[in-house]
Amino acid sequence: MLSFFKKPRFRGGVHAEEHKTATAALPIASNFPLPKKLYIPLQQHVGKPAEPLIMVGEKVLKGQLLAYSQGLISAPVHAPSSGVIVDVNDYPAPHPSALPIRMIVLETDGKDEWVKTQTVDDPFQLNPEEISLRVGAAGIVGLGGATFPTAVKLNMGRENHVDTLIINGSECEPYLCCDDRLMQERAVEIIDGVRLMLHGMTNSSGTNLHLPEGGRAGQPGMKTERAVVAIEDNKPLAFVAMLAAAEPYPTVSVIQIPTRYPMGWDRQLIGYVTGKEVPVGCRSSEVGVTIHNVGTAYAVHKAIRYGQPLLSRVVTVAGGAVKRPMNVEVPFGTLISELFEFCEVDKEQTARIIMGGPMMGDSLPHVGLPTVKATSGILALTQSELKNTDEQPCIRCASCVSVCPAGLRPLDMANNIRINQLDAAVDLGLKDCISCGCCSYICPSNIPLVQFFKYASGEVMARQQAQHKSEQTKRLIDARNARMERIARQQREDELVRIAAKAERERLKAEQEALV
Amino acid sequence: MYVLSAIVSLTLLGLFLGLLLGIAGKYLKVESSPIVDELEALLPGSQCGQCGFPGCRPAAEALADGNAPATMCPPGGSALAEQIAALLGLDLDLSDVKEPELLVARVSEDTCTGCTRCFKVCPTDAIVGAPKQIHAVVADACIACKKCVEVCPTECLQMHPIEVTLRNWRWAKPLNVPVQAMGTGSNAIC
Repeated sequence: MLSFFKKPRFRGGVHAEEHKTATAALPIASNFPLPKKLYIPLQQHVGKPAEPLIMVGEKVLKGQLLAYSQGLISAPVHAPSSGVIVDVNDYPAPHPSALPIRMIVLETDGKDEWVKTQTVDDPFQLNPEEISLRVGAAGIVGLGGATFPTAVKLNMGRENHVDTLIINGSECEPYLCCDDRLMQERAVEIIDGVRLMLHGMTNSSGTNLHLPEGGRAGQPGMKTERAVVAIEDNKPLAFVAMLAAAEPYPTVSVIQIPTRYPMGWDRQLIGYVTGKEVPVGCRSSEVGVTIHNVGTAYAVHKAIRYGQPLLSRVVTVAGGAVKRPMNVEVPFGTLISELFEFCEVDKEQTARIIMGGPMMGDSLPHVGLPTVKATSGILALTQSELKNTDEQPCIRCASCVSVCPAGLRPLDMANNIRINQLDAAVDLGLKDCISCGCCSYICPSNIPLVQFFKYASGEVMARQQAQHKSEQTKRLIDARNARMERIARQQREDELVRIAAKAERERLKAEQEALV
Repeated sequence: MYVLSAIVSLTLLGLFLGLLLGIAGKYLKVESSPIVDELEALLPGSQCGQCGFPGCRPAAEALADGNAPATMCPPGGSALAEQIAALLGLDLDLSDVKEPELLVARVSEDTCTGCTRCFKVCPTDAIVGAPKQIHAVVADACIACKKCVEVCPTECLQMHPIEVTLRNWRWAKPLNVPVQAMGTGSNAIC
């Protein structure tokens, strides 16, 4: 009875049809043939694009650095296989617009020859700073899809008082099961990666530049005490495997969480695991929590133990049009067309290609695009799997309000956006929308709610830029007017001086003439 | 008698208050309506005249008098219309306001003679060059006022739409909604 009055541990969300069983039962395929050409984008992460340091025609080895990270938030890019660089140019990006982006094209030689790597016997003897440096140099980014550079997050963990590291194994999107398989098959490696991350977040010097004196942080030897691996309860096999792997380590616990989309949203997960709510506009580290994906933990393990940079990832290929749905490990830069050929995708039946999950993924216009660090899945959906978009009037059932995990009122926001009153939508909380798509999914009238919010978010951004430009324009115009005025004044003064000089000359002349 | 006293007292009161207003009007005089200043600050200030008024100040005056709709400024688009409506307390339906097409001037290097006329008229100093040298437009500072296009003797300055790249690409407004997968968002969270 008391539990009736307790605050629910998660808000909103939907339970979509999972479509995972067929793919999740098969082991990760490692027999994917090495593509002849790899198209490696220089930006596969949040932040500044990497800067290439190779030349066209150069021979590179597997794992060799192709482009270095520039700026604070960035990640380097490495060669996924050995071969020759044939081009550095603009090619279509794996993005809904497929607009061009700078890529390195690598022609593989089939030898798959590794560059010399640096193995470490006992990484726990390394400095925590050294761990982040190596993670950063390995080009590791958040593999859940957000692609935020992992090293930056580890540094943030060291600088703020982070007491809990949550490892996100929820994989709440339908169809996707690459993390599920990874946890089943490589649990020991993942747990090792988690422990390395915990070590990397230990603050050995105790200095803190971000919080005032007397705060909780800044104590020497402060460290993140525990790691929690959270796995949705629709993955019992992965849970058992991870539990067994984590058993020897008291700092790492493995828990089951309810299956509900979007459980993997960081704020939802933090709320469920720790009971803390992250305030609007704050980072999760401000409530003492950092979240990493299981795939990221595995990549950290490989980078620290074997010195191997991030070169490939497990990708789920699924959907109604896929004859052989599977999880397959592919090198970055593999074209989706080759992946589809391997998985025998029926082109005729494919109504939509999606990179990522069906709820939040991007629909891609064609298959001539490369897989990148963010590619958790490629779906080829048939017409019957798509949502009916025959839009009907809103019946004010408020289903969208009850499923919104961010606690917004999607119907009101959409009505404002429909008549372009974006400021009103922002007042209703447009900026807190995470585009999870629950509202569009649940809407019985098929109103494209999340599509409205994505349009509006872009438009708000564009308006901010326009505002910034108009302020700059006013400054430029003022500067020009001031300059013009100064020049005119100068000319007037020069003119006066000239007239005075002329008068003086004439006076002198007249005096001389008078003397003569 | 009562009538007389009422007339006298009201007349005196009227005269007194009138005098007071007269004095206040003289000493507390406002140079111009503050709402006009606020409106003028919102308007782009490039004096382009596309609204039909001879400049941004007269346009702001017309807006304040209610002689022009909030959607009158083409370069400002609906963002500006929304700000004006909020300031004037107008009810606004922006669904048929056309967003201005973003343009930028570009010099065709084949025909530029380096006559310097264009950068003399550019209100934001967005054109750089020197006599008998090919001029160039600083795209970030160009406000698409088209003044340079008018003075260019060889028609080498033309307006071009701003190129769409991944940096400025935005989702379109869902009008004729195409078939969607369940949600289809942009950034994955789990």
